[in-house]
Amino acid sequence: MDVTFTKEDLAFRSEVREFFVTEYDASVAERSKHGKNAELKEGIITWQKKLYAKGWVAPSWPVEYGGTGWTPTQKFIFETERGIAGAPAVMPFGISMVAPVIYTFGNAEQKAKFLPRILSSDDWWCQGYSEPGAGSDLAALSTTAEHAGDHYVVNGRKIWTTYAQYADWIFCLVRTSKEVRKQQGISFLLIDMKTPGVSVKPIVTIDGKHSLNEVIFDDVAVPVENLIGEQDKGWTYAKALLAHERTGMADVADSKRALAALKDRASVEVNGGTAMIDDPVFQMRLSDIEVELMALEYTELRVIAAMAAGGMPGPESSLLKIKGTETTQAIQELQLQLAAYYGGALPGNLEPEAFGHAFAEEARHGYMYGRAATIYGGSNEVQRNVIAKMVLGV
Amino acid sequence: MNFEYSEEQTMLKDSVARFVREQYDFDTRRAIVASEAGMSQEFWAMFAELGWLSVPFAEEYGGYGGTSEDVAAMMEELGKGNVVEPFVATVLLFGGLLARSDNKDLKSAVIPKIIDGTCLGAFGFLERQSRFELTDVKTSATASDVGWVLNGDKAVVVNAANADQLIVTARTSGGQFDRQGISLFLLDSNAEGVEISPFVMMDGQKVANISLRDVFVPASQQVGVLDAGMDLVDLVIPQVLLALCSEALGIMVKLNEATLNYTKTRKQFGVPISSFQILQHRMVDTFMAAEQARSMVYRGLCAFGDGGSIDATERYRSLHAMKVVVAKSSKLIGEEAIQMHGGMGMTDELDIGHFVKRLMTLNVMFGDGDFHQKKFNQLSY
Repeated sequence: MDVTFTKEDLAFRSEVREFFVTEYDASVAERSKHGKNAELKEGIITWQKKLYAKGWVAPSWPVEYGGTGWTPTQKFIFETERGIAGAPAVMPFGISMVAPVIYTFGNAEQKAKFLPRILSSDDWWCQGYSEPGAGSDLAALSTTAEHAGDHYVVNGRKIWTTYAQYADWIFCLVRTSKEVRKQQGISFLLIDMKTPGVSVKPIVTIDGKHSLNEVIFDDVAVPVENLIGEQDKGWTYAKALLAHERTGMADVADSKRALAALKDRASVEVNGGTAMIDDPVFQMRLSDIEVELMALEYTELRVIAAMAAGGMPGPESSLLKIKGTETTQAIQELQLQLAAYYGGALPGNLEPEAFGHAFAEEARHGYMYGRAATIYGGSNEVQRNVIAKMVLGV
Repeated sequence: MNFEYSEEQTMLKDSVARFVREQYDFDTRRAIVASEAGMSQEFWAMFAELGWLSVPFAEEYGGYGGTSEDVAAMMEELGKGNVVEPFVATVLLFGGLLARSDNKDLKSAVIPKIIDGTCLGAFGFLERQSRFELTDVKTSATASDVGWVLNGDKAVVVNAANADQLIVTARTSGGQFDRQGISLFLLDSNAEGVEISPFVMMDGQKVANISLRDVFVPASQQVGVLDAGMDLVDLVIPQVLLALCSEALGIMVKLNEATLNYTKTRKQFGVPISSFQILQHRMVDTFMAAEQARSMVYRGLCAFGDGGSIDATERYRSLHAMKVVVAKSSKLIGEEAIQMHGGMGMTDELDIGHFVKRLMTLNVMFGDGDFHQKKFNQLSY
């Protein structure tokens, strides 16, 4: 057993590290994370265009469409360095969610029309899956698309749509047939957000921010050329996409960075003159998380090593999402605990720095919005169902 | 990057697995545990013949020259059989201390006998008051003309009742809690003044308390550097922890497998209880706990392996974190195994409880999870 990288991988790591140091500057960082509205969108796009210019925006795509051709180890190194640098992950909706469906199941025209603009971040995509009546039971969705000549007429509502307010396009699962088993009557449709009849209704979340939305379709006419693959086969495409989702979803590098920041902060915050980092109980809380993260790091490395050796990852890969999100939340919980009174404060017009506790605002936001991590992408309960079925065979 | 056992390691692992499968079933183990010796001399001779007892020793003493990975591969399978024969006590502790000392004469005299199975050994480190602090030593060694005179008491010494020879810690200078001033001594278990009081642990391990009253030990049998015995102990402990955690891992894998199989066959309300979502989710949690424990064992092996280029602090952080994760996973998996087996899990007749009891005693060996978490904290914060 060994945990060392090859010389080539180490050289690659230096190159990636160098890139993040020179290209990821603080102003982009600030806008892409904390910017308000247009500023946030602009910050994210600016950063993604830098990745695009370097040719690194879509490591998982096939090379012919603009992918990097990286090995699993190189992809892992890139993700790790991104986490160390504190750079945001690329918005997944275009690059990792709809694009694989388009290049796998779409036709030549669709590929030519959509893929270049996804790659260059000229189009912002959002995801239209969940509905008010279809969450974990996604196949129960009821948004309809009626075939009418050269177009479909779409009616219904999608919910929890992240950044729909910025989106140019939405990819949707819609019901095209009610006659068959519920999974079989679903189609995969691409819809221009500017089409008449599409409206976006903000949902303010418990962190006080607006990233989620409801998207309402009222007699929306969608050209038939925007149907991916065959009608009524959308569920199959969506499922294939789920399998395509990144394996490195344990977010180890991000969690390591967050934990380091938490430790730094804990040496500043005091109680009765003693830094919290020196408090034995707080230390136990910290290391409860840290040892779990150290284990998770090696679980992820085991998965990467198996893939790098040309094999399929073992059953341990299935735990990455659950453990990754649980660890992220545990860190967020401790951040908020560290913020104490200030974690509950809404500084309003006070400058966070003047208020003296910029970190507290982030802690509150992180904790509140962080609750979503175990809900989205298949709730952790659904993840456990999947492991029970696929790994344990029950 | 690679986390697979090598071909040779896999062969070694498979040979232990075959032994457990074909010759070490639950009834056999019960009979061994119930016997006077609490171990099988016959199996021990077989382990010697198969070369298992030679694995960690250097080739110049007749050993296989194996690594901690080789030992870990074996220990995982020994764990799955809940094997009580004193491999850790004799080979890794007693033998490990000798092997890492610079006493050439002692090494050439004793190590070949460990390897051929004719010398059983034990390491007496614990005293009634010392709990997990290895440096809390009251047993004294006083210099005499040609050697040392030992006085004191050692507690819960694994394999002491069967051991031909013992290594014990004793204070040659300094105060009760000083690290400096502890020395190691090799003595025959039937030497004059040595009184051994055997008893059995709940996991079936045969242990003993040892009383030392004016026990004479020749100068030549003082092991390692005088007053600096802890340096030697500190070289051995990481290897032993890696082995014990690998054994615990084997048990966890075994328990999870047994529980899963049981829930698939046990019917209530007309259906297998494995169809209940609440049990499914808990089995997913125990599956994840075992995988996380495996990741930590591998992390520990990498940290203390040949390719380990990391600094000492990181190495020991990994070691302590491994013990913490293994302790947590062991507790969860053990308790869930009993719970999901229901009434059957409570019975002595089923092997489940015996595996759980082994996990519990393993957890305490060389510091429980909390002890190691505190050590981890000291290195980290």
